[in-house]
Amino acid sequence: MKVTERDIKTVASLSRLKIREDESAQVVEQLDKFLTYVENLQAIDTTNIEPTTYALPMQNVFREDKIKPSLDRELALSNAPLKEDGYFKVPRVLEE
Amino acid sequence: MGLYKKTAHELHELLAAKEISAAELTADVLKRIDERESEIGAYLEITRDKAQAAAKLVDEKISRGEKISALEGIPCAIKDNICTKGIRTTCASKILENFVPPYDATVVKKLSAQNPVVLGKVNLDEFAMGGSTENSGFHVTKNPHDITRVPGGSSGGSAAAVAAGETIFALGSDTGGSIRQPASFCGVVGLKPTYGRVSRYGLVAYASSLDQIGPITRDVTDCANVLNSIAGHDEMDSTSSAAAVPDFTKSLISDVKGLKIGLPKEYFVKGMDAEVEDAVINATKVFENLGAEIIEISLPHTEFAISTYYLIAPAEAATNLERYDGVSYGARVDGVDVVEMMTNTRSEKFGEEVKRRIMIGNYALSAGYYDAYYLKALKVRTLIQKDFTDAFKNVDVILAPTAPTAAFKIGEMVSDPLKMYLQDVCTVPLNLAGLPGISVPCGFTSQNLPIGFQLIGKALDEATIIRAAFTYEQSQNFSNKVV
Repeated sequence: MKVTERDIKTVASLSRLKIREDESAQVVEQLDKFLTYVENLQAIDTTNIEPTTYALPMQNVFREDKIKPSLDRELALSNAPLKEDGYFKVPRVLEE
Repeated sequence: MGLYKKTAHELHELLAAKEISAAELTADVLKRIDERESEIGAYLEITRDKAQAAAKLVDEKISRGEKISALEGIPCAIKDNICTKGIRTTCASKILENFVPPYDATVVKKLSAQNPVVLGKVNLDEFAMGGSTENSGFHVTKNPHDITRVPGGSSGGSAAAVAAGETIFALGSDTGGSIRQPASFCGVVGLKPTYGRVSRYGLVAYASSLDQIGPITRDVTDCANVLNSIAGHDEMDSTSSAAAVPDFTKSLISDVKGLKIGLPKEYFVKGMDAEVEDAVINATKVFENLGAEIIEISLPHTEFAISTYYLIAPAEAATNLERYDGVSYGARVDGVDVVEMMTNTRSEKFGEEVKRRIMIGNYALSAGYYDAYYLKALKVRTLIQKDFTDAFKNVDVILAPTAPTAAFKIGEMVSDPLKMYLQDVCTVPLNLAGLPGISVPCGFTSQNLPIGFQLIGKALDEATIIRAAFTYEQSQNFSNKVV
């Protein structure tokens, strides 16, 4: 096994996902199988090979820093699960 | 009236000649939806009133004697991961069940300029993650050729709707084969453009370096017309290409004499269905008889494409899907504090496959594993791309199967994600290399299931694959079979 239950806990926490106790073993097994599956890449010699993040040549795109019309505030808030006084509202962030 | 069976270009002629009205056409396709939809389940939302109103405007324009565009008044459907202002866009996910975009995707804006009749939004695997549309958070779409089978995915709703006559054409998106594989399973034409050819602005991101929007149509002529309407640079998408866009209808020429077509031996994989292999080999013979030259080629890193894709795509997805946190839009499940609220929201509202890919992605990106998994995959991506660059020194296009099998049974693969991932073996290399590909129907299995082959082009050379596909289609009779 490459993956431990502890790994799964860490990754789940990073992902903001809850893994129930009764699911944990299955998630470990699936991720482990997956990692075994992608193991074939390790056999390829990639010394001096540059990584490709975009298939076609990309460069930074600049534009003039000019104010343009943007989404109306009400419209931007229209899909919010909870809002108040023109703001998104969330449960408390800091401990009391 | 049977108008729903026709291609967009045939319908355009009828509209322009005033032999039919846009209202009649829309009514005919809506009636077809009423007959077929309960069985097929292609749509997530049908915008009947908007469609009828749009058709009326086109008829008024025609009655004023104004000229109409190729897609004007033609019914179409849009994959539900493409934002439509004022029309719910769910990505087939519970987390976006009530999301109404405040803006249109660039492709929707561009398409709207042609005044097609938008019939509604069509089903997909949640967030476009899957190859069967079984991962939809709402319902499974059935293959119109055999309703016990999947339509493919993730653009399964788009392909099924086109094949069933529930729309004339559709937009799909393709991250690892999601336009081409369902097109092949449903017996229709599907094109993934070169990365950057079509703006991704307003396409809900799955894997940003791989995603492209493209047409799913009844034939190659419709494909060229739809691509014409959506291609081009967009300042809202910094990865969109500034290259000039040719008129793709100029490629609708029946001529492949002297065209060099590469046949990559690595694409005829172990476990491939024999009938699919035969049909694709027959297609190469058709091309040979039409004057093309078939050249055996090798793309040696093909066998690593699945592993590479399934590390890169989930890594990008894990990052892209961070935005679904229950704060500014989408569903929220309450919690005592903000972290618990986010965790509850994501755990309850994302489906299994989406969660699996987020976990894989964050694992591959996390400290200690980044070099071994994610960075390694990016390097192999370079090698996969180089295979194509080398091959294209000797050939003009590459011909390969679109998928190793015809449509499989609903439920057949759900229990084994790795087996499902193998479906993508022939399609993901193009996304990794950014290349265009078109899937064209080339026959049926003994069980009457459609088979498709794909033509792969050089970057930004959709013109040549469209010409080759058109030539093949003119000589055969597999396209535009509405069932």
